[in-house]
Amino acid sequence: MSVTVTLPMAPSDNAVSERLRKRATRHVKERIIEAVLLAAALVSVFTTLAIVYILVSESWVFFQHVPLKDFLFDTQWTPLFDDAHYGIMVLLSGTITSSAVALLVAIPLGTIIAIYLSEFAPFKVREIAKPFLELLGGVPTIIYGYFALVFLTPLLQMIYPDLPGFNLLSAGIVMGIMIIPYVASLSEDAMRAVPMALREGSYAMGATRLQTSLRVVVPAATSGIASAYILGISRAVGETMILAVAAGMQPNLTFNPLEPGATITSFIVQVALGDLPHGSIGYQTIFAAGLTLMLMTLAFNLLGYWLRKRYREVY
Amino acid sequence: MLQPQDIEAIRALIARAKRWDAFFGVLGIIALMIGVLTFSALFLDMAVRGIPRLDLDFFTNFPSRRAASAGILSAWVGTTLVMVVTACAAVPLGIAAGVYLEEYAPKNWLTDIIEINITNLAGVPSIVYGLLALGLFVYQFGLGQSILSAGLTLALLILPVVIVATRESIRAIPVSVREGSYACGATTWQTVSDHILPYSSAGILTGVIIGMARAIGETAPIITIGALTFIAFLPTAPFAGDPPAGLFDWALAPFTVMPIQMFNWTSRPEAAFLANAAAAGFVLVLMTLAMNGAAIWLRYRLRKNIKW
Repeated sequence: MSVTVTLPMAPSDNAVSERLRKRATRHVKERIIEAVLLAAALVSVFTTLAIVYILVSESWVFFQHVPLKDFLFDTQWTPLFDDAHYGIMVLLSGTITSSAVALLVAIPLGTIIAIYLSEFAPFKVREIAKPFLELLGGVPTIIYGYFALVFLTPLLQMIYPDLPGFNLLSAGIVMGIMIIPYVASLSEDAMRAVPMALREGSYAMGATRLQTSLRVVVPAATSGIASAYILGISRAVGETMILAVAAGMQPNLTFNPLEPGATITSFIVQVALGDLPHGSIGYQTIFAAGLTLMLMTLAFNLLGYWLRKRYREVY
Repeated sequence: MLQPQDIEAIRALIARAKRWDAFFGVLGIIALMIGVLTFSALFLDMAVRGIPRLDLDFFTNFPSRRAASAGILSAWVGTTLVMVVTACAAVPLGIAAGVYLEEYAPKNWLTDIIEINITNLAGVPSIVYGLLALGLFVYQFGLGQSILSAGLTLALLILPVVIVATRESIRAIPVSVREGSYACGATTWQTVSDHILPYSSAGILTGVIIGMARAIGETAPIITIGALTFIAFLPTAPFAGDPPAGLFDWALAPFTVMPIQMFNWTSRPEAAFLANAAAAGFVLVLMTLAMNGAAIWLRYRLRKNIKW
């Protein structure tokens, strides 16, 4: 007797019910979605390209009017006057002075806070202090500018009566306080990433917490702390509103923080507030100033990258 | 053998080290207190100067040449509309980019370039975004000094924040979730839309809120695109006016935002306007504090509740 075995289902397309059948468009749809997501990711690349393109193309026109030599070495910055001078040194001095003041505040305080939170503070203090620092970092910079102008400057004038109403010192100090959260929280992250075994070794030799922090933890976290400092410097150099509000906007070739001064960023704000026609030389100066700023932050970023590679400790 | 004087010396050494230790503990608290005190001074100063100006009229009046009757109506409406544009652009783009980099991206040079770019963009000063917007959106694309230009500029500015937050919360999801999904025959997109995105949504939301809080306070890029500081009218509502405005006409209207209104009042010499600036600043600080606080609370909840 022969048994005909009929397979319950023939191995054909109809074998699977309509609902479970593999859709022909499934792969196409996946591909399209992947392409859309890739396009979204590429927006960041296009943003960078667009920034470089806009800054370079507008500055290119600017440098056809103004020789590079004058731009770098002239000691006057009067682009909006009839007797126009374009010495970027004047704006750079303001940027450097205010950033130096800010870093003198932010780096010591930020580092101390980071060491304290990472090595000394009890758990509860850290749980409260970290979010608080984050809140401090989230306050809009225009608010800090207002604070520098109407609160800190009068306070400093009590100590030093000759201080003008607009000055780089109070803007710089407030800018430093604004940067503390960035420096502190990044340095703290770096220190907490140092393995416990290193600390235990140090404590076992009888070191105190301070000795352990300064001689074991900080050296081991150098690369992370250096990145935190570099980020702080970038923030200081690129900060705009605090300086525009509290430092005055007169270009002033000085390294004295007690004087008013303009920075690269506050000059851009000043020009933007006025009504310069599109395509005029005054309009192009802000792109040349912006290009200088961009090159400075790029240099700091590269330095940070190099420091990270050079001092990275792998555990 | 240790001599008694050696032991004395060691004790002195230990005592000195312990004194330094205690001293640094105090120093750390002082450093923290400087931050706390500055913040309290800032907040109280603005509250004392600003709160007397805060009444209903302040929110429903246009800016005016007379300080006492000036208000922030056009500023808060402008801020709201700009934020709508920013959110519409930055949230989908940021999440899509984050998902691509975590779930799709092959390990190749293109991915490396995208990642390096995002890191670098996070460090670009905000005013440079303003210059980009001035050259690109305002003149090349002809969008003018409008709500749309401002919103897109701020969207580019906070994009790195959203992308990084998305990636971090996606990375926190264990691989076994993906493996389970793939084992059931799901495609990559099905895995992403049914598992990865729902599970990471709270983390992504945190990043979005922090990004938006930053965008609300950004002043420099918006000044750079040339936003006017004296606006005594509102953008036309859809289908209002004569002839009726289109659905999206408001996006091309001139505008002002809260931080610019505050900057405008701060830069005037009269003391009465400083009170207005304080009041506007107080509202602005409360808004950013509320948003950042919400984000921090959300993250705290998340850390407590999720155990994979």
